[in-house]
Formats: sequence, C-alpha cells, structure tokens
Amino acid sequence: MDALLQLLQKDDRTSPAQLAAQLGLSEREVVEKIRQWEADGTILAYHAVVDRERLDPNLVTAVIEVKITPEREGGFDRIASRIARFEEVENVYLMSGGYDLLVMVEGKSLRDVASFVAHKLSTIEAVQSCATRFRLKTYKENGIFHQQEEVMERLSVAP
Amino acid sequence: MNSRISSIVQKIPKSGIRDFFEIVQSMGDVISLGIGEPDFVTPWHIREAAIYALEKGKTAYTSNLGLPRLRNTIANYIQQKLQVSYSPKNEILVCVGVSEGIDLALRAILNPGDEVLYHEPCYVSYGPTITLAGGVPKPLSTRMEDHFVLFAADIEKAITPRTKVLMLNFPTNPTGALMPYEELTKIAELCIKHDLLVVTDEIYSELTYDGLAHHSIAALSQMKERTILLHGVSKAFAMTGWRLGFACGPADIIEAMMKIHQYSILCAPIMSQEAAIEALESGAPSLLKMHHEYAQRRNFVAAACQELKLPFSFPRGAFYIFPNIAKTGLSSKDFALQLLQEKKVAVVPGTAFGAAGEGYIRCSYATNMEKLKIAFEKIALFISEKTK
Repeated sequence: MDALLQLLQKDDRTSPAQLAAQLGLSEREVVEKIRQWEADGTILAYHAVVDRERLDPNLVTAVIEVKITPEREGGFDRIASRIARFEEVENVYLMSGGYDLLVMVEGKSLRDVASFVAHKLSTIEAVQSCATRFRLKTYKENGIFHQQEEVMERLSVAP
Repeated sequence: MNSRISSIVQKIPKSGIRDFFEIVQSMGDVISLGIGEPDFVTPWHIREAAIYALEKGKTAYTSNLGLPRLRNTIANYIQQKLQVSYSPKNEILVCVGVSEGIDLALRAILNPGDEVLYHEPCYVSYGPTITLAGGVPKPLSTRMEDHFVLFAADIEKAITPRTKVLMLNFPTNPTGALMPYEELTKIAELCIKHDLLVVTDEIYSELTYDGLAHHSIAALSQMKERTILLHGVSKAFAMTGWRLGFACGPADIIEAMMKIHQYSILCAPIMSQEAAIEALESGAPSLLKMHHEYAQRRNFVAAACQELKLPFSFPRGAFYIFPNIAKTGLSSKDFALQLLQEKKVAVVPGTAFGAAGEGYIRCSYATNMEKLKIAFEKIALFISEKTK
C-alpha cells in the first residue's frame, strides 16, 4: 500500500507538512494525492475510533448471521443494501460458508437489538433465518488495542 | 589513587553517557532523543517463541559456542545478507551482545602494547575495551564534510609497527555513516598489506536507507581470514534486552574467543538463543515494518535539522542524526545540559563518542513521531533563544 495512505490510516490528523517531511515529498504532492484519493473513493471517510464501551457500558453490539434467498435479478446485492440502510446497522458483509450476510448491529440495549431483529430484519421477505450473537468484550478493533499493553520504560539515555 | 581498585580500571574514564543519564534520571517529564535502542517492543512472534521455549523447559546451559541450530541459522543469515560463508561448526560463537563480542575479540588477539585503530566519533565502549584488553587505543577522526567516512589514507598515516587491529563500525553509531564500497576495498588492501586484523561491528547493517546497501569488509577477497565480524539481533529486531550477539571469524580466533567466553560467561541465555532463531528465520516482515518507520522518522529529523540550519551529514544508516551545533557558540556538553534544563529534551553530547564529537549532538530517532515532533519544536525554540 502507498506509504502516505498507510500513515493516514494510522492517523488522519497528521498535517500535510508533517506527512511531507516524513515521506520526503513536497507538501503540494501530499495534498494533491489525498485530494485524488478522496475524489476517486479510495479514501471513503475519516472518523475517530471510539471506545464505545467506555462511553456507555450498556451499549450492545450484535453480530447477526443472516441466511437469505437470493433474487433472480440482483442476487444478494439488493437485499444486502436494503439491510444496510437501517441506521442500527454498522457493517454488512457477504460471506462464504454456512450463511450469507454478516450484519453488525449496534443498539442502546439488548432489547433494542432484539427488537431490530424481530421487527425489521427477520420480517424482510428474502430473509430465511437470523442467528444473533452478542459481543461481550472488545480486545482489538481496527488494529487498535482497547487496553494498552503496559510498555516497559526504556533507560532515558543509553549508548 | 585507590589501591583497592586495579590501576587499569582507574585509568579508564566513566562513560560520558552515564553522567548524563544520572542528570536526566533526576528530572521528570523529559523527552529523550538520547536512547540508543529501538523504541519498539520485540515483535510478538519472537517473544512468543521464547515463551514456548520456556514452556518446553528449555532452561539449561547450551554449548559454549551456542545452540547448533542457532549457529546454522546465523550462518545462513550472514551468507544471505553479507555474502560471507562461515562454518557453524567452528567459525561462529554466540555471545552476550556485540559488546561481549568486542571484548572477547580484543582480549583474544591483543598483546600488551598492541595498537588498535578505530574511527571517532564512535560507540562509547571501543576505547575503554581496548585499554582493558591491554591494547593502546588510537582513534582516527572522521569529519562531517566527508560524511564521517573513514579513509584508507588516514589509516595508513596512523599505522606503526605496533598496529595490530583496525576496528570498524558501519553503519555508525552515533553518526549514521555508511562506508562506500570503493573506500572499503582500499581499506581491505591496506589491511592485507600491513597484516592487520579487523574487528567489524555491523550491528546496524539491516538499517540502511535510500536503497543503499551495507557492505561487509569480511566479504572482500582475502579478508575473511583476518576479520572478526560481530553482529546480533538487538537493533534490527528490537531485542536489546535479550543480550544476544554473535561473532564470526577464522576458526583459530573463534576458538580463542570461546576459551575466554567459556570461563567468564559459559554461554548466552538459552531463551535468548531460542528467540534469536525465530528472529533470524522469520523476522524479516517485522524488520521491514520497523525499517519503514525509521526511514520516515529519519526524513523528518533531517528536514527538521535543515530547517534549523544545523549542518549535518545526511544519515544513511542506523537511527541517529549527528548535527553540528557550533553556531550556538555552546560546547556539546553545555548545549546538551542547557537544552535539558531549559527545555527538558535530552540529547547526547557528541563528546561522549570521542573528542572528534565536539561541536555535535547525537539525536536518536528511535522515538515515536509525536515525541520527535515536540522535541524538535523545543530544540528550535532553544536554538532561536541561544542565537539571538
């Protein structure tokens, strides 16, 4: 992957001047590259990675395995995008194996999520079945550890 | 003089880094660019290999030379990286870091009064280790204008009938210098002509930038038989605390080094040896990741020094930049002390690496980017205050 893209993925708040210095590019080149990626959809969005459990301990995330009947025209895509439009839904993936769609849902409580599954998801005609699993604890998300490992102090000056 | 302490030990100075360390330790909240070791933790797969070794109960002594499997691995690694082939049977010795390797090599080959040539600014241990081994340290100054390269002509001028050894350290701590291949071949010819042994510390060989390659003097024609090549896992694989290095050289010298090693150390710790096998065999991807990071930081610190109009030689290897701070009118030591007291940023005065380091400071970029950024902002402020 492009080194600039890697740095942005790690911290998108780094200034173009700083990125330019690190990569040995000019500031203009950096700005131009970013602009192009934003235009062609390589960079989709910038967002903060939030420790949601810390924010609200009652927050619930469920992973739902959904089996669907593909349609004659459009296969899985139309149903998938229909499911994705619900604002409770964070991620939707088409999977290989025992089920078709992996849907990740966030809710304020267990009841919230249960209600979404019962009333919105499972009532879609093409949906054959849903298996809902709740997340208990997050260890690592988007490459970031939720609980930082204790880092050993180095000697403050060493040869 | 304290009669309880040997006169030779009394004669060697305390490391200049040690003094500085004490001062930094006594202060809180210091951003340190004074650290000569990676800021990464040893990659997990390497730590995991060591844990597995402990689980399997690998807790005993090993052969004095080191685990046979590790010596095989080292032989392959050196062959692949530096194009020199060593027999795992009798030409490789696993030791406790390159530091022990230097000590063993010098003690194994020096007679009292033998002269050892080495280039300054250099790693802090060279001079004292030569003295402790009964040799006479003969430092040769390298200059920023020459990118801190050591020239065969300068070596030749310093050779006397007592000169026995030439010590090399490229890429260099503290200057980040790399040795051009052409000059290296001239030095090799000189060593052959004057029958010098070479002790070469190549611990930073994996950390070179701009697509430039490090060349080992041991790989040059007729040099393997007169060269002791020292290397280890500390810098490339972020394994300083494991204390694991190795020496490769002619069988007679390795045998002599092993004799000292067997009485003083016996063997390197077995769990470190197991971890080193994992590092050398499977560590390449981790190394690559850390290397990318160092390269970016190097670009950043070089740009920062440029902006500060501090003269420096563009570092081609290791993880140090060695800018000249003479324009502030301060000595290296005063610069470092005042920077520490006034801005809470630690750098190492160039003089810790020999007299040739006067006028310079060593900044290590083995520190994360946020800290580097803040540190250089503070250095900029400090310099603007001093040059008003």
